[in-house]
Amino acid sequence: MFALEFPPINEILRWREVAPSLNKVGIIAVAAALIAIVVFILATRQDHRKAPTGVRNFAETTVEFVENGIVMQTMGRDGLGWTPFLLSLFVFIYLCNAPGIIPILQMPATARMAIPAFLSILVWVIYNGAGIKHQGFGGYFKSVLFPPGVPKALYALVTPIEFISTIIVRPFSLMVRLFANMLAGHILLVTFALLSEALFQARDKVLVPFGVLPMFMLIFLTGFEVLVAFLQAYIFTILTAVYIGGAVHPEH
Amino acid sequence: MEALARLAAETVDTVAKTAADEKNIAAAASAGFAYGLAAIGPGIGIGYLVGQAVSAMARQPEAAGMVRTTMFLGIAFTEALALIGFVVFILLKFA
Repeated sequence: MFALEFPPINEILRWREVAPSLNKVGIIAVAAALIAIVVFILATRQDHRKAPTGVRNFAETTVEFVENGIVMQTMGRDGLGWTPFLLSLFVFIYLCNAPGIIPILQMPATARMAIPAFLSILVWVIYNGAGIKHQGFGGYFKSVLFPPGVPKALYALVTPIEFISTIIVRPFSLMVRLFANMLAGHILLVTFALLSEALFQARDKVLVPFGVLPMFMLIFLTGFEVLVAFLQAYIFTILTAVYIGGAVHPEH
Repeated sequence: MEALARLAAETVDTVAKTAADEKNIAAAASAGFAYGLAAIGPGIGIGYLVGQAVSAMARQPEAAGMVRTTMFLGIAFTEALALIGFVVFILLKFA
């Protein structure tokens, strides 16, 4: 009916390298880190005794959100020391997600496996490390693998499940959740953009007005992606907080 | 699943088909099923979860903040299954 060619996956994900091993995704990731660093350094430069203005206002709102919305809800008062780590995680992931809907950039850096994989390995190392530091090596693995309150005979069943779910599945699901959400959103936007383009350029002129429909869907989905970019950063951070909280304070 | 893939392969034109073509057709036929089936469970799960969360928030508005946090956590765990299905779809379709 009309020529609709979905491009091969590499065409919508892989970009020409600007410099050796530096492409658009890399630039977005570096820019995200730089923007976050510059904004928060600028915010700390202001006199903290005066009422906050501009950048500091924004920075304080973000810190407050992470403290009240993430740390206090999951770890309680003891977890406030983890705020800097969770804050940088949240801001970095959000700034990597946001370019998915920024015109011209149009690519969430987290839609490539490298960044989610690295972040989830980092989180894995940190929550295991925190658990080992707080409970000792034996104590940590005892509380992970042999949860208290389980009948002795059931440990044969519970221990392998706990090992797989805590040590193997957690980083994997953390990684796949962020990656697949952003990739799915990106592919969805590409699909509807292609559909409306194909309809607008259809040889059969009757079809041309119908191109408005996928275009409205595209606009709606772009708005939805704004939400998803924030939500995925929030979920990644809150799960990190839950994992760290669980490793530091085991159930008795 | 195999029967459906064969059916899909038969309905496509029967001219000059190499082994690679057949593999692609089977992959395309099963990729849709992979994602479609993976989306059923999480769809029911998230619907139930959010519904219960909303009714909890309506009964006890002062606990809304806590319920919302827990709801997002639950959604994150439930949704992971659908996302793994999506990754399988990508692997079948493009890899």
